Amino acid sequence: MFNQFFQVSDIVAIYPQLLLALFGLGVLIVDLFLDRPWKVLNAFTALLGIGYATYALFQIRRFNVSAYNGAIVNDSFAVYFQFVFLIATALVIFISARYLSIEGEHRGDYYALILFSLIGMNFMVMGMDIITLYIALELMAVSEYILVGYLRTNRQSNEASLKFFLLGAFSSGILLYGISLLYGISGSTDLRVIGQKLAERPANDPVTLVALVTLAAGLLFKVAGVPFHQWLPDAYEGAPSPITAFISVAPKAAAFALTLRFLFIALKPLQVNWVPMLSVICVLTMTVGNITAISQSNIKRLLAYSSIAHAGYLMLGMIAGNDYGITGIAIYFLVYMFMNIGAWTLVVAMRRKDLIGDQIQDMSGMFQKNPAAAVLMLIFMLSLAGIPPTAGFIGKYYLFASVIQTKHYVLAVIAVLNAAISLYYYFRVVVVMFMNDKVDEEKMVLSPGVLTTLAVTLAFTLIIGIYPDPFIRFAQNSLSLFQ
Amino acid sequence: MTFDQILFYCLAAIAIISALMVITRRNPVHSAMFLITTLFSVAGIYLQLHAEFLAAVQVIVYVGGIMVLFLFVIMLVNLEVVSTERRFNKQWIIALIASAVLLVEFGYVIVRGGKSSLLPPVTGPAQDLTRKNSEQIGLMLYQNYMLPFEIASLLLLVAIIGAVILAKRRLASDK
Repeated sequence: MFNQFFQVSDIVAIYPQLLLALFGLGVLIVDLFLDRPWKVLNAFTALLGIGYATYALFQIRRFNVSAYNGAIVNDSFAVYFQFVFLIATALVIFISARYLSIEGEHRGDYYALILFSLIGMNFMVMGMDIITLYIALELMAVSEYILVGYLRTNRQSNEASLKFFLLGAFSSGILLYGISLLYGISGSTDLRVIGQKLAERPANDPVTLVALVTLAAGLLFKVAGVPFHQWLPDAYEGAPSPITAFISVAPKAAAFALTLRFLFIALKPLQVNWVPMLSVICVLTMTVGNITAISQSNIKRLLAYSSIAHAGYLMLGMIAGNDYGITGIAIYFLVYMFMNIGAWTLVVAMRRKDLIGDQIQDMSGMFQKNPAAAVLMLIFMLSLAGIPPTAGFIGKYYLFASVIQTKHYVLAVIAVLNAAISLYYYFRVVVVMFMNDKVDEEKMVLSPGVLTTLAVTLAFTLIIGIYPDPFIRFAQNSLSLFQ
Repeated sequence: MTFDQILFYCLAAIAIISALMVITRRNPVHSAMFLITTLFSVAGIYLQLHAEFLAAVQVIVYVGGIMVLFLFVIMLVNLEVVSTERRFNKQWIIALIASAVLLVEFGYVIVRGGKSSLLPPVTGPAQDLTRKNSEQIGLMLYQNYMLPFEIASLLLLVAIIGAVILAKRRLASDK
């Protein structure tokens, strides 16, 4: 009876998302019955949901189905990124419980929002239809706006949330404008059909160029490419630290994956137009991100600018647009997830009563207090800078090699120079930790959740660096983007 | 000129004139009322294009819902203070330049675009007049766009949760 509306295969394709939605709603309901000391159970419910969803995704990973009249495609590109999001979200949930308790804001809706945002991201990488993509993007973004302002009594958090929301809404408007032009040109909401129609149009056609520019502006805002990066440091600084760890990894990866889909499916015929545009933005993003990071005294802002610079490196893969570049982007996000969440976890652990712990000076003497934590931070910083044998090197190697393959030598040189600049500020953090004397006597408390995240992130940062082959094969799944 | 055209020009003129009134009135309530007129006349144009559903949505959502919210906010802020304050600050020159650039840009695209007949003719459902407009939209929504429709329900839920989080008073037991 419902055959004209949907088939069983449609339900199978979105099964992991259905589970996540179910657990998200479950957290909201269970939260009502939990007294304050038991709120940590919400984290377990959310983790259970992610566990089930990961298992479901693992089962359907090879199905490669197109569902809902082609609105979504669960190809291996989508599956790869969904795995990345699921792992990142789980790691963030591990580090959230203690932080929220200290802030006195430990409630179930936090975990529900994280799960809903995860659903949005999953649909963003699966979507082939611009309406689905846009709604999924908004689901992710609206959840983020709320999470950034989650510390209601903290003015900085409120301000960050409001700025993020206003600029985010503005950029969504621009993005929608581009989307509507694409629809007007092609008469279809399907990315593949749009690609075919654009190929039929004359070169340098003004309407398609306006569509390209507005679309690119909206998407670049979401990935925080310079000059659309202004919101990022404020949002990252004001947000609760676990949320910063979250939005610096998963939504950024989702926005990149979405941009890849747009660029390589719908806007593929305009590649000659967008490669030069993206090259300029890529150089700006790397350089501005790295140079501004040097002068930061706040560790959250420092990592924020460093994440802008990393977005610049990632754009190299888009510009190259070959197998190496796409594999590079995929592996870089896997690596970046582990090293960046690791570094942020240590920032979260710095949070102690009466001390926010977000100044670089607060890290003074960390080596005396807790040598293990200091060494961990050293490893994450080395990895972020891209020094072998850490995982960061593998990611950078692929991205830099991809632009050399396509003979963009200038870009490669600028990128390497930028990597050298970044060494300076990553090591400034290390110097403060190892060389300075400690500022207070309070011990670093590492909760079991934080320890779990640290162990996982450390293990993968080292394993991917030393034995990358299986992970590279895993990342090559993303090449289905070109099919 | 056919009756249809006369009607279109009347509606368009009302829309533009009242849009101008919206931004020139000193009293925000008057502006809001003129905005309602603009929205109504645009709804009329939608009707001329056989887009009954869009016209109904325009009236129900914009005139009925959003404008009521606008008026609520206007009533909440202190009107006497607002109407005596200066409306424009020094940014107006920059704003003027920016909008002029945008106007030239779009003008260029429209003129160039018109010459090379760049926008394809409207095809498909819009010309299928055997079915009613709202029926077509309903079928589209539940067949082709069922998934985004369902995701939108989650989006609304998130928005509601957000409103509750922001508005909820911090209880003593939360500390």
